[in-house]
Amino acid sequence: MKATQRVWVRTMVGTAAAAAMGTAWAQETLKIGLLATLEGPFAAPGQDSMRGADLALKHHNGMAGGKKIEFVKVSSDATPDKAVNATRKAVEQDKVQIMIGPLSGDEGIAVKNYAKTQPNITFINGSSGAQATTLSDPAPNFYRFNTEGAQWMVGLGEHALAKGYKKTFLIAEDYGFPYSQVQGFMASYCAKGGKVVDKAWVPLGTKDYASVIAKIPKDVDALVVVLGGSDAVNFLTQYEQTGGNKPMVGGSITVDQTVLNYKGKRRESLLGTASAGPMADSIDTPEWKKFVADYKASFKDGFPSPSLFAYLYYINTKAALDGLDAVKGDLSNGQKAYREALQKTNFKGPAGEVKIDSNRNGVGATYITEVAKAADGSYYNKVVKTVPGISQTLGLPEAEFKKMGLGSRDVPDCRK
Amino acid sequence: MNTSAGAGARPLRVVGTVPTPSAGAPTRLRSALRSIGVRHIVVLLAVLLYPVVATPFFTYQIGAQALALGLIALSLTLLGGYGGMVSLAQMTVAGIAGYMVAIFGSSSVATISLGWPWWLAVVLAIGIATVVATLIGWLSVRTEGIYTIMITLAIGVAFFYLAQQNYALFNGFQGFNKVVAPTVGEIDFREPVPFYGLTLACSLAGYGLVQYLVRAPFGVALQGIRDNPRRMNALGYHVTAHRVAAYALAGLLAAVGGVLMVWYNGRISPGSANTGAMINILIIAVLGGMKRPLGAFIGAIVFVLLQNFAIDLVDRERFNLVIGGVFLAIVLFSPDGLLGLWAKLRSRLQQSRHSNQRRRQ
Repeated sequence: MKATQRVWVRTMVGTAAAAAMGTAWAQETLKIGLLATLEGPFAAPGQDSMRGADLALKHHNGMAGGKKIEFVKVSSDATPDKAVNATRKAVEQDKVQIMIGPLSGDEGIAVKNYAKTQPNITFINGSSGAQATTLSDPAPNFYRFNTEGAQWMVGLGEHALAKGYKKTFLIAEDYGFPYSQVQGFMASYCAKGGKVVDKAWVPLGTKDYASVIAKIPKDVDALVVVLGGSDAVNFLTQYEQTGGNKPMVGGSITVDQTVLNYKGKRRESLLGTASAGPMADSIDTPEWKKFVADYKASFKDGFPSPSLFAYLYYINTKAALDGLDAVKGDLSNGQKAYREALQKTNFKGPAGEVKIDSNRNGVGATYITEVAKAADGSYYNKVVKTVPGISQTLGLPEAEFKKMGLGSRDVPDCRK
Repeated sequence: MNTSAGAGARPLRVVGTVPTPSAGAPTRLRSALRSIGVRHIVVLLAVLLYPVVATPFFTYQIGAQALALGLIALSLTLLGGYGGMVSLAQMTVAGIAGYMVAIFGSSSVATISLGWPWWLAVVLAIGIATVVATLIGWLSVRTEGIYTIMITLAIGVAFFYLAQQNYALFNGFQGFNKVVAPTVGEIDFREPVPFYGLTLACSLAGYGLVQYLVRAPFGVALQGIRDNPRRMNALGYHVTAHRVAAYALAGLLAAVGGVLMVWYNGRISPGSANTGAMINILIIAVLGGMKRPLGAFIGAIVFVLLQNFAIDLVDRERFNLVIGGVFLAIVLFSPDGLLGLWAKLRSRLQQSRHSNQRRRQ
């Protein structure tokens, strides 16, 4: 009898101690939701996004604002429905106070709309780059520290004209992100006298480009190709097979590492292809080199160098954690102090300054690159020009930008 | 099991009482009421009290979503389980209803949405989707088995690409945002508890309708056609007409589910009705068991729970393995789904009790 009593008392004491420790530990931990696409067509970029966020946390030693940070990771398959479901799970079930994500453009718009129903939670973008997320009807608690699809192409228009491409034919995928990219390119290209004689909008995942290739006029100087991943590879292969030889200007994800690594004669002719983006593999600054070295050291299973997605998740996560440090982890009063700190964010990221405008959208640099051959025979994007401080209105006055409207199939237009 | 017993019992009663034709329905109603047992009341109380105990997240994302998906899967159970026609296009019908709500009602795309009152949009959406479902049925009833699956899959994929590439009506890849549930009087159906109530009411109505149908002469004839269409034809039943009617009724259920889904998501785009979504409905129906209407909802609950919480169980990049593993295990060990598993378990328990009693004697 006595023995059982003793055991019972011991158990109670033990449980109480464990509970006390548990609550003490819980006070020190802050949960941050992290959403990326671990399923579907963007599964590989989604994984790399998570690496970017993990690296930012590692640079903070797993702490921010005096608290231990715990990521609650959730996944979508790049459909907005799933992105909102996953976000809702992290916010309402796992009770995260800060939410980072999502990865792709239309997901971003959907999550921004959900953010409006959760005013006490702060939402920070992952890598999504749709213009409308912060330009039309923005949510006061949705922050995007990266620049978006249209901003990534600013300066490429002038560069194409400088290379002598006065008349171009455009081929792009038919959804929001390429619309933005094309607008970023055409806004300055058209203004400075370039002509885009025709646009071919192809559905995402198109396999056969024969009809598009047949439509390319003989007298254009170059092609503007805003395709991504397998679409880009398919188009380039088929264009080569039909004997096409026009030079090309690419979008931000057209001539990335996946495309440059493909085998084919056409690869030779990719040399000199100009493209633009918020980062490049070969930025020659100590910050970027340290970022790449840290990425390689931390993730043995990662890519040869961090992808665009890893970089974007990195800067957004870093901004979120820096903000927590600035307010010493104080998220009281509807996170008012924290949001003021986020608004003041201004740090030197791996690829230039990170700061935001009054719509809480990133203002930053764009890198104009050209495909070059390295000493070991591999292909890479060489930085030829840096355009700093690009705003979401693409360097135009706000009224003029509003007159043009957001990028779509028919906006902007300069055929003749 | 239940249904065949009910169907067998009815003619006897009819012979005994010689009812006037109008008495048929009340008799059926009475027999339906009589079949309500204690367990039904317990389940009803549980689902009614659920939002009181559950958090808003569980009420909305788990409860309401499972019920709406269950309703669409129920339409497949009606077609597949009772009609022997496995249609993959049920999500397409739901998607069409969702799109129609966005097009006739209001959304963020002001150039396409007509902005009509929500009730008119809903009536039109359900009407149009039901007509489309009837047409799909009319096209595919002349096929059997795997060919039905193929043709409905083809229709579903065709609709997906139409929605993705048509800008005048479906707004292409981006679809429609801000398609929100209405506020009726004081009740805002965007809130978790009212929306749960709405989906629950629709689901109970759908469940009741299917339960009633499968005992009604139409349902019994449908099951006869499922088991032996040639014999039913010889008996003078119009096989094609019965099958098309089953598609229409299933279409009605899927359309209501589709309206609920578009309100649940607050948006619709081609991805909402892609091949993955179409197959999810099949998985839900098979998971729960296609022999009884309840299976659709059981399957939906398990499916939604897995989709939400599998990521917490294992390594984040491998969570789809858990979902796949569970589905595989259920299909492998019980071809009749979870309900079949339950029935097997119960009969085994009873058997062992019997044998125990015998041993004691």
